[in-house]
Amino acid sequence: MAYILIFISAIFVNNIVLSQFLGICPFLGISKKINTALGMSGAVAFVMTIATIFTYIIQKSVLEPFHIQFLQTITFILIIAALVQLVEILLKKISPALYQALGVYLPLITTNCAILGVALLVIKKDFNLVESVVFAVSTAIGFGLALILFAGIREQLSMVKLPKGMEGIPAALITAGLLAMAFMGFSGIVR
Amino acid sequence: MKKSGFRIILNGLLSENPIFVLILGMCPTLATTNSAINGMSMGLATLFVLFGSNVAVSLLKNIIPDKVRIPAYVVVIATFVSVAEMLIHAYFPVIYDSLGIFIPLIVVNCIVLGRAEAFAAKNTVFSSALDGIGMGLGFTFALTLLGIVRELLGTGKVFGQIVFPDSYGALIFVLAPGAFIALGYLIAIMNKVRSL
Repeated sequence: MAYILIFISAIFVNNIVLSQFLGICPFLGISKKINTALGMSGAVAFVMTIATIFTYIIQKSVLEPFHIQFLQTITFILIIAALVQLVEILLKKISPALYQALGVYLPLITTNCAILGVALLVIKKDFNLVESVVFAVSTAIGFGLALILFAGIREQLSMVKLPKGMEGIPAALITAGLLAMAFMGFSGIVR
Repeated sequence: MKKSGFRIILNGLLSENPIFVLILGMCPTLATTNSAINGMSMGLATLFVLFGSNVAVSLLKNIIPDKVRIPAYVVVIATFVSVAEMLIHAYFPVIYDSLGIFIPLIVVNCIVLGRAEAFAAKNTVFSSALDGIGMGLGFTFALTLLGIVRELLGTGKVFGQIVFPDSYGALIFVLAPGAFIALGYLIAIMNKVRSL
């Protein structure tokens, strides 16, 4: 039951993009077409899950026993950067097809704050390893859902004539605001 | 590229404002501006990191090999972020609690790495320091402005001072959707002002 609550909460109620404000850069940058949005969501889901597992293990088995939690930020960002590189190399060797699909998005992920954000949130919320993995996977699904919905809206929006100053980012932000308002309807289902 | 110190600072504050013009560092901008004071503290923390990392990167630019420069910059930035985090935790515990995980997340703020790569790696220590201050001030200005707008519209206060009773406030501006909408309109206004 606890896992289902984490799952629903991370996708709908506390959506990573629309209510936690993490991963806004790819959300605004790579949401002009549904196809690229799908690719980005896949890459994020992949890296987010692996990164959360690695950072969690390092936090519990190295940082906490030696009382060096103040190195958390440096350690986590290095793990994520190294992991992204590793995933890129492995993917190129093992599955060229998947690499073709996700390859261009991988380098961008290092600076995606959602990845580091989830790694830090998991520690802050005091989850165990299984809960962390569930949280990471469902957060990634939530990210994908928001990104793809938003890309769909923007594809339609690109055909509309807007006032000059509103074109591009301002219109996108206001659209995101309306989408966030829609997601607010989910609040109260679970905490 | 030789610019006077004043021009460098003005560049970051207005003509290349990181939020309104470059559209970088959106996450903390949206997340920490539910009140003016939160926005300003986030801006100042970023200012500190930008200044420190710009100075350190421009000092180290001849030592760091070109191939590993990005990881090296990230380590430099992460160091300053950790320092900022510990200072805020020690001296401003209230702000530390309200900013939460967005303090460590300064590491992945595109502005900081962007300025290290685009400016500090090519310029002298002095102008890099000024660029850090200018960009930091521009960021702080944008966050404070957005914080003031949201706090005023949402609760009728500015920096906690009552302007009008909060029963007239639209709470939505303090919540998540208001952040997107307020920033969208602010950028649109800035676009209009700059095109005049």
